[in-house]
Amino acid sequence: MQRRHFLRRLTLASSVALLAVLSGPVRAADTIKVGVLHSLSGTMAISETSLKDVALMTIEEINAKGGVLGKKLEPVVVDPGSNWPLFAEKARQLLTQDKVAVVFGCWTSVSRKSVLPVFEELNGVLFYPVQYEGEELSKNVFYTGAAPNQQAIPAVEYLMSKEGGGAKRWVLLGTDYVYPRTTNKILRAFLKSKGVDDKDIDEKYTPFGHSDYQTIVADIKKFSAGGKTAVVSTINGDSNVPFYKELGNQGLKATDVPVVAFSVGEEELRGVDTKPLVGHLAAWNYFMSLKNPVNEDFRKKWAAYAKAKKLPGADKPITNDPMEATYIGMWMWKQAVEKAKSTDPDKVIAATAGQKFNAPDGFDIKMDEKNHHLWKPVLIGEIQSNGQFNVVWKTPGPIRAQPWSQYIAGNDKKKDEPEKK
Amino acid sequence: MRLLHRLIPILAPVCLLLPVGAGAALPEDVIQTLAFGDSEEKIEAIGKAVAAGDASFLPLLQALSDGLVQTADGKRVLIVEDGAATDVSTGHAVNPIPANPEDVVVNNRVRRELARAIASLKLFSQEKAVRLEAAKELQSGADEGALPLITKAVEKESDPEVRALLVLTQAAIQLQSKDPSIRLSAVRALAESNSANTRILLLGLLEKKGETFAEPDPGVRAEAQLSLRAVEARLSRGELIGRVFSGISLGSILLLAALGLAITYGLMGVINMAHGELIMIGAYATYVVQNGFRSYLPDAFDWYLIAALPMSFLAAALVGMALERSVIRFLYGRPLETLLATWGISLILIQTVRSIFGAQNVAVENPAWLSGGVQLLGNVVLPYNRIAIIFFSAAVLLLVWLVLTRTRLGLFVRGVTQNRAMAGCVGVPTARVDTYAFGLGSGIAGLAGCALSQVGNVGPDLGQAYIVDSFMVVVLGGVGQLAGTVYAALGLGVVNKFLEAWSGAVLAKIAVLVFIIVFIQKRPQGLFALRGRAADA
Amino acid sequence: MTAQPAIASRFVALYGPKGWTTLAVSAGVLFIVIPALNLLVPAESPFHVSDYVVTLAGKIMCYAIVALAMDLIWGYAGILSLGHGLFFALGGYAMGMYLMRSIGREGVYKSDLPDFMVFLDWKAYPWYWAGTDHFWYALLLVVLVPGILAFVFGYFAFRSRIKGVYFSIITQALTFAFMLLFFRNDTGFGGNNGFTDFKRIVGFPVATPQTRMALFAITGLALIATLLLARFIVTSKLGRVLTAIRDAESRVMFSGYDPRSYKLFVWTLSAVICGIAGALYVPQVGIINPSEMSPANSIEIAIWVAVGGRGTLVGALAGAGIVNGAKSWFTVAFPEYWLYFLGLLFIAVTLFLPRGVVGLFEQLRGKRA
Repeated sequence: MQRRHFLRRLTLASSVALLAVLSGPVRAADTIKVGVLHSLSGTMAISETSLKDVALMTIEEINAKGGVLGKKLEPVVVDPGSNWPLFAEKARQLLTQDKVAVVFGCWTSVSRKSVLPVFEELNGVLFYPVQYEGEELSKNVFYTGAAPNQQAIPAVEYLMSKEGGGAKRWVLLGTDYVYPRTTNKILRAFLKSKGVDDKDIDEKYTPFGHSDYQTIVADIKKFSAGGKTAVVSTINGDSNVPFYKELGNQGLKATDVPVVAFSVGEEELRGVDTKPLVGHLAAWNYFMSLKNPVNEDFRKKWAAYAKAKKLPGADKPITNDPMEATYIGMWMWKQAVEKAKSTDPDKVIAATAGQKFNAPDGFDIKMDEKNHHLWKPVLIGEIQSNGQFNVVWKTPGPIRAQPWSQYIAGNDKKKDEPEKK
Repeated sequence: MRLLHRLIPILAPVCLLLPVGAGAALPEDVIQTLAFGDSEEKIEAIGKAVAAGDASFLPLLQALSDGLVQTADGKRVLIVEDGAATDVSTGHAVNPIPANPEDVVVNNRVRRELARAIASLKLFSQEKAVRLEAAKELQSGADEGALPLITKAVEKESDPEVRALLVLTQAAIQLQSKDPSIRLSAVRALAESNSANTRILLLGLLEKKGETFAEPDPGVRAEAQLSLRAVEARLSRGELIGRVFSGISLGSILLLAALGLAITYGLMGVINMAHGELIMIGAYATYVVQNGFRSYLPDAFDWYLIAALPMSFLAAALVGMALERSVIRFLYGRPLETLLATWGISLILIQTVRSIFGAQNVAVENPAWLSGGVQLLGNVVLPYNRIAIIFFSAAVLLLVWLVLTRTRLGLFVRGVTQNRAMAGCVGVPTARVDTYAFGLGSGIAGLAGCALSQVGNVGPDLGQAYIVDSFMVVVLGGVGQLAGTVYAALGLGVVNKFLEAWSGAVLAKIAVLVFIIVFIQKRPQGLFALRGRAADA
Repeated sequence: MTAQPAIASRFVALYGPKGWTTLAVSAGVLFIVIPALNLLVPAESPFHVSDYVVTLAGKIMCYAIVALAMDLIWGYAGILSLGHGLFFALGGYAMGMYLMRSIGREGVYKSDLPDFMVFLDWKAYPWYWAGTDHFWYALLLVVLVPGILAFVFGYFAFRSRIKGVYFSIITQALTFAFMLLFFRNDTGFGGNNGFTDFKRIVGFPVATPQTRMALFAITGLALIATLLLARFIVTSKLGRVLTAIRDAESRVMFSGYDPRSYKLFVWTLSAVICGIAGALYVPQVGIINPSEMSPANSIEIAIWVAVGGRGTLVGALAGAGIVNGAKSWFTVAFPEYWLYFLGLLFIAVTLFLPRGVVGLFEQLRGKRA
């Protein structure tokens, strides 16, 4: 008897679920929708939440200045919850259900790889704001973060120089995923080309969320006894705090063994007491401490926005490199739409190439005409006791990205622009 | 100003010892170079200061190293600390501070030279502690430039500990000497060293470069061989100690994380998936207390941790008791359902903390007395925060044991665990006992959070990292057995660290998990099984 | 000769006439209406079913299969596994290996090896990749890998009479260990990135509406088959023994049954079903990576079943649909608050609906009658 009703119940239950899925947000006709695809929960929320906020701030700013093509921008924020398949699903939803004109989002490489086929299939436009490993070029993606030659290689060159301490031995320490692996592969080849022996390079990986760095720090100490050593850290996110705490407490000072990090910025240092870390380095394309009018303006805007929206941590507002990259990306997209006079993806993609923007990093930087990457200045900063960075070296101007590193075999044959499909 | 005060006891005696330049104003050209020169020029100037042995440079060098030096109008050099500025050239206070001062930026290279220069100059302080500190600093990398100063210091030094360190440093530099007899005595002296650098130096002597050895003299080589063996033995002992220590440290952290669970799960049978979040609440309570101290009691900041302990206990215990009253009490006897409900609770707690404090990690500073570590045998440093956690977890363990065995509440808890109905019949208020016991378990999780805030991240996801490990420890130890939990935690910690050194962090962790799975097959009730019928319940 | 009609009549008796009709209707919706609305109706029409809905529904159906498998082992046999995500992921990885090999030389590095292997400087496939370029062998792996692992694990665990919470915890340890293993790049499964950017499956390009529809239909078919199989099992004697084991294992033993083999059978079967679901999931969502093995994912599977109603097959289906549907909706409509909703849902269900949503409906019906 009960079994006879089971399907009625089933249909009821599933139609509730289906209804829930189908009823998206209400559409307004005279706006341009902009998708924001950043994790607001799960492990990546720590990094990505502020990117969502800066995206919303920029949209507000653009709207206050009259919007784009006379239309206001309407943000569509979704939460892929640090879940990679969900990134693909949400990307598809943004492009087909919400019909957004552009998406700003992703942080980890895997999330980008997960959404890439969706953007290529549906011909969407993605602005990706984080430094990454290169080895990728898609017609549908604009990379506003650094490629390895805009971050990793200059940093290592600096540490090799007399000024940087003249390191002879290298510990390449990273979290076991593709960005550290690729970066270290490139660095190893680069170091070899500079005559560093294999025995003077120690490559180490720790799992995600690793929190006990006692053994690693002890090993670094042992290794560093063999000559002037520098550590290149591509440790991701959360693990940096225990690593740096252990480093400080075991008495490994920056003057003895400097650590240069590519994923540690102002935001990551928020959770750390930086006094024992003074002198350790980070390589980025932007630091909050940069002194120039554009950056001062950017910082002020962000502080005001954080205060107005009562964001957590608004008492000590912090800007960092990926936030700047998001900000630049959104303005460049706006300029491109205005140049193309349309939000049609192909026209916008064509118009984005060669866009210029006066960025908070203090330069008039440009989107490369061909390879979808930003020209960026490279800055190397030392950590100061107040959690800010002090620029000790920088390139004279923005340099061009090389998504296909010359230090990886076979890349010399690659074209420096996306394949037309 | 505070800096100058700190330096006066060091300076005064130095001035007496080294009349050269003391008391006189610093040479203006050196000051200008130190403030405005590039790194190369700065280092040269520092070298000059050291060569002159002029201790009156100390305050300026120290301030440079601490990043306190600023310049104004392109010529005045100031030391700015705590909102007060002192002109370096005149030594007078400057009031008001000039507008738009520029920071004098030093990088690692300059900072390293500064550290050595400061140490070299401090070798002549009258305070033994200062000299010892300086000698240690020099040990890690003094070069030939410092040799005259060190030789002079060795001659003057009366304290055996400082002298021994200086002799080692001197010997390390003397290895480069042209005179074989000096090299021989240097090699002999180095046998007493416990630094890993020494091993490399000695190995360097024994290396073959083409046909010839790096060290031409066979007598020195033989001696180097002997010294090397002595140093290596000492080093490997140090390494072993370091490894055991890190194992115990990891074990004590596991124990802290698991102790609360041993009560809520082990004794009460609640599969509390929100246990990790209670740890997180303890850590955030510590953060709040820290901020409170920073705002209202900045002078007592170093002692905020003492106040944070009861606060983190209370915060977690209150949340735990609220959960018990509102959700968990309806689910006793249905352990698997507590799992689902508490999983839901953990999601809510995470998101609540995220909305209040933000998704980003928050900064919990180690108080000064927990920063740094104690140097043991040259290559091993035992960080104070880890030592403190080991003692702390022992104390918490003792506390739990006392509560369970020596108090009325403990008696009731054990009674209810063994036979709820019977305990109820003889007048034990079982519902209230449940609430208190759950509060106790949660409070201990809060204490764990307070301790963990000193070694790792404090963020909304903090608890997730510990929940699986905590369950493994409790299950491995045997549910309902405190002793089992202790052995399991320490055992897993040490095994994990030894495996990690051998196979890397990931494989070590996998091996430990596989070990637990296999072990449970052999002893399904854990290390210490309850005997009798209770075990089958 | 008599066996066949007996089975056939058993099969017919699985559902009453109304049940079979509704099943047929939903099959019709799955195989005819949705494909037609997706492929034939133009996108502007309000009746058009978008690709997004198709992939989402396909994904939820995969989850529903997993929920059925979980219900068999937990709802009927009383064994709570916190490691079912592992079997799901292993099936997915087996399929993923085949999909990776079908990319051929179209990867970034134009090599015979997948990009991640080129990148680790590997020159040849490791031994465990042998044969994965054959579709049928991959299908075999989909069944065998989770099956054998579950069999071996279950054999020892049930032999040692590991029960209840202990069993749950060690299954959690198992999936956690595998997750760490697969996160290692050196393990040879792409590390954290896992497998992605698939190009084609058995010769058809993956990213076309037709292939998507075919995968959707196959998933629907698998779902219905799993439902019937599960129904067959729980209405058979085997099912009754399982329920008895759940309710009083000792008594079953004293009545002369050996609970071990019953448990082992349904445990292994459940793992195999999960593996198949995983294999269907991967080509549809286009990525498989180790986070599918995280303990949290496995707990969520249990939650679907609990929300829907343990011990009823419909409950498992409904639970998977409701939780995942709600998740998809909340993460867009209230991105900042969806964890609250999800958390409250779990608490409410365990506190007030011990028999899940299905139980609630039955209660309501009982009151009305």
